[in-house]
Amino acid sequence: MNSLNAVLETRGVSKRFGRTSVLHDVSMTLMPGRVTAVLGPNGSGKTTLNKTLLGLVRPNAGDVLLNGATVTGTDAYRAHIGYMPQAPRFPENLSARDVLKLVLSLRPHAPHVAIDELVAAFDLESFYTRSLGVCSGGQRQRVNAAVALLFEPAVIILDEPTAGLDPVSSAALKDRIIAERNKGRAILMTSHVLSELEELADDVVFLLEGKIRFQGTLEALRTSTGGLTLERSISTLMLQC
Amino acid sequence: MLILAVLRAQVAELSRNRWVLSYTVLLAVLTEALYQLSGSAPRALSGLLNVVLLLVPLVITVFGVVYWHTSREFTELLLAQPLPRRALWCGLYLGLTIPLVLAYAVGITLPLLLHRELTAAIAPLLAMYLLVGTALTLCFAAIALWIGATQDDRLKALGLALGIWFAATVLYDGLVVWFATVYSDWPLEKPMLALMFANPVDLARTVLMLQLDSAALMGYTGAVLANVLGGYRGALATITALALWILLPALAAGRSFVKKDF
Repeated sequence: MNSLNAVLETRGVSKRFGRTSVLHDVSMTLMPGRVTAVLGPNGSGKTTLNKTLLGLVRPNAGDVLLNGATVTGTDAYRAHIGYMPQAPRFPENLSARDVLKLVLSLRPHAPHVAIDELVAAFDLESFYTRSLGVCSGGQRQRVNAAVALLFEPAVIILDEPTAGLDPVSSAALKDRIIAERNKGRAILMTSHVLSELEELADDVVFLLEGKIRFQGTLEALRTSTGGLTLERSISTLMLQC
Repeated sequence: MLILAVLRAQVAELSRNRWVLSYTVLLAVLTEALYQLSGSAPRALSGLLNVVLLLVPLVITVFGVVYWHTSREFTELLLAQPLPRRALWCGLYLGLTIPLVLAYAVGITLPLLLHRELTAAIAPLLAMYLLVGTALTLCFAAIALWIGATQDDRLKALGLALGIWFAATVLYDGLVVWFATVYSDWPLEKPMLALMFANPVDLARTVLMLQLDSAALMGYTGAVLANVLGGYRGALATITALALWILLPALAAGRSFVKKDF
């Protein structure tokens, strides 16, 4: 992929935890207006890659770049990223309103979506002022999605976004992801539901044991592996590795 | 402003936390019980000495470690915002300590207030209890956050928290007694003072005992302590030592937080 137009990218990122190498020389790009699916079995380094992009994990080598400028170890660039972690545990005595207000206050000058719009889009109204400790996992995940989409960032990172969501909420979130992509945002998404990635992804990054084994468009993956579905393509890739 | 936003959310969360409320109630019940048994506020506060010295470090360290681990995912969500880590750490630390300090203050003051015992006579002693309790809370909360930032395994972190509490409150005293017994033929005033300054719980105990006039019961040792710590210089040394016992763990915890891979 051409890195010239990349919004967010990693260049030669390696990360070790003790003796374990989790990422090895990972270079990948997130392009505007495209959904990139990061795939790989458990322990392949997907979450570490997400966290490296966000600065939650500091790489041992390599850099993270935003619009071509190195941002490794800095904080301000995260104003351009929306993040939806995998099934977060919110403080149990805070409400969805408290959490959205808190996150909003941490980016006081950033353009943001009207909260009412998000409340309606993710159907938060029925528990909006209730403590999150008494909300269901699906309700908390809807709040999580609203937090990630609260601003209008250049990049959105979604870690297992539909996990725990009912079909209606899941469909609403997918529609939202497509809408955000159409607005030109670069979206990185990890999921174990391959059919979902097949539906949404334009590009695929396949990680195995911390190394990128494939990076390209979904179509290129299918062509190179001869797989009819993403699942078949991935299993072929894994066998080849 | 960013620190204030995190701080406000933390205070809102913890002021409704059932463990913090239970801590307040426990302190209030103990103060009330001691007041009923002793019949006067100064005696009730004297009886609270060991409660403050044992319970406060235990509750704060264990609660701090547990809270760190339960709120870790939310901390990660906050870290994904354009917020300097140092600012976030300050917000988390103050957000943890302010509700706990308030819980402590309310817990030991409320029963005395209800009995209309908050008089000018009791004010210096109560103020010293509030000061020492606040210092212990700030110190052990920083230790708890340091443990949290350096130990990802929840059980190991909890074990370390209990180990540090046990060492500071029980083991250390045993070592001091052993040291004093073995070297009883030597002049031990200065080493004993140094040992006292080297443990925040011992330092807190000495400060409170001097305020309670219990030093008179300690004979020559008490006289030495009263002589060294009773004056202006002694008060300054004590306050400096307590401040260092807050500052050093807080700096260590902040450094670990800033460098941590989440």
